Amino acid sequence: MSASRETPAQSPPTGRPVAASGSAPSGAAGFDPATARPVLEAPEIDRALTRIAHEIVERAKGAGDVVLLGIPRRGVPLARRLAERLARIEGREVPVGSLDITMYRDDLRMRPTRAPERTSIPPVGVDGRLVVLVDDVLFSGRTIRAALDALGDIGRPRAVQLAVLVDRGHRELPIRADYVGKNLPTSLRETVKVLLDEHDGRDAVLIGDRG
Amino acid sequence: MKRHLISAADLSVEDAILILDTAEEMSQVASRPIKKLPTLRGRTVVNLFFEDSTRTRTSFELAAKRLSADVINFSAKGSSVSKGESLKDTALTLQAMGADAVVIRHSASGAPHRLAHSGWIHGSVLNAGDGTHEHPTQALLDAFTMRRRLAGAPDGGPVPHGEAGDGTGRDLAGRRVAIVGDVLHSRVVRSNVHLLTTLGAEVTLVAPPTLLPIGVESWPCRVSYDLDEVLPKSDAVMMLRVQRERMNAAFFPTEREYSRRYGLNAERVARLPEHAIVMHPGPMNRGMEITAEVADSARSTIVEQVTNGVSVRMAALYLLLGGADLAASDSGR
Repeated sequence: MSASRETPAQSPPTGRPVAASGSAPSGAAGFDPATARPVLEAPEIDRALTRIAHEIVERAKGAGDVVLLGIPRRGVPLARRLAERLARIEGREVPVGSLDITMYRDDLRMRPTRAPERTSIPPVGVDGRLVVLVDDVLFSGRTIRAALDALGDIGRPRAVQLAVLVDRGHRELPIRADYVGKNLPTSLRETVKVLLDEHDGRDAVLIGDRG
Repeated sequence: MKRHLISAADLSVEDAILILDTAEEMSQVASRPIKKLPTLRGRTVVNLFFEDSTRTRTSFELAAKRLSADVINFSAKGSSVSKGESLKDTALTLQAMGADAVVIRHSASGAPHRLAHSGWIHGSVLNAGDGTHEHPTQALLDAFTMRRRLAGAPDGGPVPHGEAGDGTGRDLAGRRVAIVGDVLHSRVVRSNVHLLTTLGAEVTLVAPPTLLPIGVESWPCRVSYDLDEVLPKSDAVMMLRVQRERMNAAFFPTEREYSRRYGLNAERVARLPEHAIVMHPGPMNRGMEITAEVADSARSTIVEQVTNGVSVRMAALYLLLGGADLAASDSGR
């Protein structure tokens, strides 16, 4: 089971803004390119996703009622890639969609307005299904908390599971992932950035210092 | 985004597309079993209506409620305004009550601007129609409807009548829009001309010369007196209501004469290109500016416009109110 927790490198200091995003900042705000070093390259990301796909099939005993929902932005291409692998393993299509959580964030009043991203729920819906949420980085857990709220307004899944490419620790909420590509113990001074071919032209996970 | 929405002329093309794209996401909420988002929980929106407008007020009210805001409807009738209270005192009262946004409809052009820039209140001001000046959210919902129908297909082209498209990220470049009727008294027209031009559309106003305002030649649009000549070149025709309550001078000889020259009937609709749509901001005078047959046809987007109005107002409220209160660093101008 890949979902074993790493101990956070340090506990979050008090007074840190709750604005911490669960996703790596895609605009690389505070990301110092000089110190960025890759911790995962394309082949390892590929293998991690294949492993997660097999784990989903194993835990769900087939992927009969699985619906994959990616969290924008980088969770969406990851969900699509997982869906392709599940289709290959299972020999049939697995519904895949995207779930935007902007409207459910708890830090809306602390940041400038952000534009909502696309939510698209597959036509089969989520009622009575096993929904696997997919995101790139699991950090504070606040994004996933928002995603659970968003999901609750759309329907009532049989169960919800979470798959992430990287778990960097520092949880602020009692949330854990069911499938993890790589556990990456980090310090809060560090930033984790996921690059995906669909958005960035290459696959990699970079770790660097806050600039 | 700015802090207030007073005039469609204030919106850059990026602002306009951001609002329309956000509205596209908001429109999904209406099709869900739970039509509610927690986004504006704990915020207070005041609908301050000095003029009656059930349609606009209800639309704003529903939009604010779908975003979980608390809504107070403040109408001038029966309030202290009818006892002579000034706009300033009303505004100070609302400020004292902690209004985060004020949606204002006023018979005086410029009242929303005054409210936003006088320092009487700290919240956002949304113009819901002022005098004969502007009605920006109406223009936004019209643009949203046009974009969905005329640029909503995957290739950016028009969708077949009756189908809902998705124009996310697109503008209205090259689309031709005819706005027909009482331009003089219409606030919808001013907002539409600004916004549609910003989005790249070409606007032609069609009206009797008596119903065109002075200075219309300086607007970024064309003017025609001949509806039949404009129709074959139009992707959208927007019919304006003949405001009988404002027809206090001899603007046109008779209602029948107006209807014959500027009314939209099935015969005229047949001259439109296949994909063209018929719009009306409502309420309609059936049989005067538009026949019932046209109003109820598949080309007509009149009911859709009402639905889209809620999505667009949700988008505007979210973008103005959803983020951090930047009032300290932003003087609001």
